[in-house]
Amino acid sequence: MKLSTYNFLTSMAIKGVKVGFPLKLTISKKELVETEFNPTFVERLLPKLDWSAVYGAAQVAELAEDIPAVQPESIVDNEQLLQKLHHLLFEIDVLEGQLECPETGRIFPITDGIPNMLLNEDEV
Amino acid sequence: MWKKYILWFAQEHVDFRISEFESLAKMFGFQFRRVSEQLLKPFWLVEFPNEKTALQYASRSIALRAIFELYSHSNTLPEFHNRLRSHVDTHHKEIARLFSSDVSFKITVETYNKHFSQREKVEKIETMDYLPIEGTVDLKNPQVEWWYIEFWGLDPKEVPPVPDDILFGRLLAQGQRHLIKDLSLKKRKFIGNTSMDAQLSLLMANQAMVREGDLVFDPFVGTGSLLVSAAKFGGYVLGADIDYMMVHAQCRPSRISQRVRERDESIRANLKQYGCADRYMDVLVADFSNPLWHPRLLFDSIITDPPYGIREATEKVETKKSAKEDTRSEDMVHYPSTSHYSLQSLYCDLLEFSAKHLKLGGRLVCWLPFHREDYDEAMLPHHKHLRLVANSEQPLTGNTSRRLLTYEKSSEYSHAEASEPRITHVPTPSEDFRDRYFNNALESRKDRRMRKAELRELGRLEMESRGKIPTDGRAKKCDLNKARFV
Repeated sequence: MKLSTYNFLTSMAIKGVKVGFPLKLTISKKELVETEFNPTFVERLLPKLDWSAVYGAAQVAELAEDIPAVQPESIVDNEQLLQKLHHLLFEIDVLEGQLECPETGRIFPITDGIPNMLLNEDEV
Repeated sequence: MWKKYILWFAQEHVDFRISEFESLAKMFGFQFRRVSEQLLKPFWLVEFPNEKTALQYASRSIALRAIFELYSHSNTLPEFHNRLRSHVDTHHKEIARLFSSDVSFKITVETYNKHFSQREKVEKIETMDYLPIEGTVDLKNPQVEWWYIEFWGLDPKEVPPVPDDILFGRLLAQGQRHLIKDLSLKKRKFIGNTSMDAQLSLLMANQAMVREGDLVFDPFVGTGSLLVSAAKFGGYVLGADIDYMMVHAQCRPSRISQRVRERDESIRANLKQYGCADRYMDVLVADFSNPLWHPRLLFDSIITDPPYGIREATEKVETKKSAKEDTRSEDMVHYPSTSHYSLQSLYCDLLEFSAKHLKLGGRLVCWLPFHREDYDEAMLPHHKHLRLVANSEQPLTGNTSRRLLTYEKSSEYSHAEASEPRITHVPTPSEDFRDRYFNNALESRKDRRMRKAELRELGRLEMESRGKIPTDGRAKKCDLNKARFV
């Protein structure tokens, strides 16, 4: 799972959960996947992202010094930051780990890089 | 300057070429004037404002074989030659360089629906000896390619005495049909029972107007066959599926020659195979009937082939009310049981999801199966915020077929009006596709099996009476199947 996808996922399907975001991420095994830097795609993705979750992911991935805690006003002109965002969001692949619902503590495992978001019968 | 062009289409999925043309026109934002009225013919005459437009269209079209700049066309030979002569005269200035002595050329003769020998073709070329071509012939790498085309109708049983249309033009560009072969399922790393063939999945990506840097989602991803074509056209792709084994590429192989899945099979490996590994965002295991995505997430397009319940089960996670008896102990891994996810509630969810998660003007492209006898446009699902822009049919079996539906998000979704019904024309429960397919077909599966067995038996007796020893093809096939599980 890439950290961009992490930014999109919620646990709101669980009965009684209102927001279910951001999930608590734990990484036990990760891999670096080099991908081509595409500044326009990062720019187009920005409005879809929640910055606090971007920063949260950076902390878990031990890249917190690269990403400001508060979203800077103009990112588009800041090529360096765009590159760092690209690295954080697309080049880190979480192979093993888990996502935890912030409200119920329900754990969604990540195996072989694929998160399993299925719920049990009594949770939906 | 507006000019006429010949569009030469492959005579396959005829219904789809019209919607593809319109989608690409919208995607590139180009203007056109259609000259031909018969859209089912493989040759269209279209006017484009400039050559760039023609090339743009050819750079994406899957239905198009090639595009030519039109020099002359007519339904009678004398008129055709007159027009060609006068075209060459009046456009002398601009085409002089194409005819000049240092430009090598080739003339191809294409006759549709009628065969001619090489000699007859050469004779046809010689009827145009008035063309002031001075260059040398180069059959392998010509600098200019001229095409002489005769169209002898569409019905091979009733070929008309004279051609319906005679056309002459200069080849501008080929369409993108080579991609069909490049992305062929035959050589793809990871495929399954329901992988979409390359041609249709490329057409779907065109319907969805996938552009460089788009975010594309498939909620019923399966083996990711739709993601491949979307990624090939520059989209960044994301997928989800309820089937854990499928997403992890550990399901039973569908190739008869393959016994177990290889370790490196995956959707990501498919994208890598075609050089678009960078376009892979993620795939995940999720149940489409439950909300998962952050409300802020907007996709540029959603391309999907939902399960119809025939080859792939329609399922969603069960709720507690209907859950089967629980036999697991605390320490066991639990796989939630699933229940039938009816096609109509699946489509309601799909339309509602698309209305929420598409950008304005973004497209949903999906298949809807139905029984041909009761198709009526009124049975197509509608949504307040989605406009149906294209609808093309692909026949499947004698009495079933499926339609490729393209919806465009036409207005902003607001959560305030949630109480209002947004979906209209939902197919009624009696129209359950799977049920009718298996139980109410023209001939039940059991009848068919018995009839076939009787026929085989008859054939066998016939052969024996003629003194031949039958080879049992069916038994052979069964043995081959058994061998897979040894």
